[in-house]
Amino acid sequence: MFLINCPYCGERDQSEFSCGGEAHIVRPKQPTELSDDQWAEYLFMRKNIKGVQFERWNHAHGCRKWFNMVRDTSNDKIHAVYKMGEKPPLE
Amino acid sequence: MKNKYSIFSLIKNAFSQHENWKQAWGDPEPKREYEAIIIGGGGHGLATAYYLAKKHDMRNIAVLEKGWIGGGNTGRNTTIIRSNYLWDASAGLYDHALKIWESLSQELNYNIMFSQRGVMNLAHNLQDVRDLKRRTHANRLNGIDAVWLNTDQVKEFCPIINTSPDIRYPVLGGTLQRRAGTARHDAVAWGYARGANEMGVDIIQNCEVKGIKRNGDQVEGVETSKGFIKTNKIGVVAAGHSSVIANMAGLKLPLESKPLQALVSEPVKPIIDTVVMSNAVHAYVSQSDKGELVIGAGTDAYVSYTQRGSHDVVEGTLKAILELYPIFSRMKMLRQWGGIVDICPDASPIISKTNIKGLYFNCGWGTGGFKATPGSGDLFAHTIANDEPHKLNAAFNLNRFVSGDLVDEHGAAAVAH
Repeated sequence: MFLINCPYCGERDQSEFSCGGEAHIVRPKQPTELSDDQWAEYLFMRKNIKGVQFERWNHAHGCRKWFNMVRDTSNDKIHAVYKMGEKPPLE
Repeated sequence: MKNKYSIFSLIKNAFSQHENWKQAWGDPEPKREYEAIIIGGGGHGLATAYYLAKKHDMRNIAVLEKGWIGGGNTGRNTTIIRSNYLWDASAGLYDHALKIWESLSQELNYNIMFSQRGVMNLAHNLQDVRDLKRRTHANRLNGIDAVWLNTDQVKEFCPIINTSPDIRYPVLGGTLQRRAGTARHDAVAWGYARGANEMGVDIIQNCEVKGIKRNGDQVEGVETSKGFIKTNKIGVVAAGHSSVIANMAGLKLPLESKPLQALVSEPVKPIIDTVVMSNAVHAYVSQSDKGELVIGAGTDAYVSYTQRGSHDVVEGTLKAILELYPIFSRMKMLRQWGGIVDICPDASPIISKTNIKGLYFNCGWGTGGFKATPGSGDLFAHTIANDEPHKLNAAFNLNRFVSGDLVDEHGAAAVAH
């Protein structure tokens, strides 16, 4: 449990948000060309990092907007919050 | 057995004030090389080592544990054991475990306090009723005991449940598996550790794995906090940290690690003599032999390795508990804890070879691994020893995420994920 600084609304309780998982997984441009292995990689395989992870969040009980977040999963400390489409900050 | 526990050994040791009991397992330094290494000294890892030694005669093996054995999720769960899963593959897997549970205390010569007090799953809406009835039929076709109870029968079986039609999520019925129940989680780890150690397995605690050495696509050993150990077979049973080990070997797994919470109350006199689970409102409760209510809550909805869990998750569970059991309204909670569980997209485990030779994974048990401990160890040992899965865990391979042949136990597993 932690506080999240929504880029649109400011600091709110984490329970207002829902997590959309790992960020920057690019949707396949040519879905028909994909092999089963590539589909598995896109759909299921995750880095599931213990440490600094890039992830998507949605302010579900607020502005309902999506944004990205850099969070350390070993201590839940948030390093950065940035809007969709913006370049991820380099650690 | 060198050091058999019995009524006679108990009497004998009583005369020496119980000061002369021998250590149940040793504390060796790692050898330079082993036939196989198991990473993770929880219930599943220790069971794997036990069956490798017992059934496959692999005795020059070691279990590496970064903390102390049974100090992870094995000691942080709600100890529920059942096998009422929907799909054939899951039914086979979990009932295999349940059958081993039934004689495990005798086999290990260690009282694991297995208690077949029954597990009841409640239905709170029409869809629950349909799903649970379907599941009882599926269970019975697979030879697993299951009965459907109507609301009055639920009340009769567990009188403290509020079955009033006026509550927010009224009880419309439930299923009951009478062979299901609970066991003492620490004793399971200790019993397997003692049994494995007796057959020559080295149990090495406070030994963290830092890296996995590969030569091409064959494993060669592990880097640990106690130095390099050579081996060409590694079984990873690291629960929430499976992805961390996989990343060391350059592998990605279809897992997300999340904190799952549970809590216990102050101890009270016996009030609930079964296990009651409720999928729709996500609350389950049983009572330990010490008298504490053991309450299971849900997972946080984001990846975290913090072993804490959020307050709102516990709050949601306790709201549901209070509505179903108004008698608990003044109970005080004693302890709360979070364990990191590795959740698969289909809520089924992975007991599988990988595309790296000699590297095996037993993971993805998510929120319900404890019940499978003996079966999981037995089947994983078979997979490691023969380099081939047993027919009972063949469906639980890693390749199912490529082929699409998933074992979807999300709703059907009787707990909301």
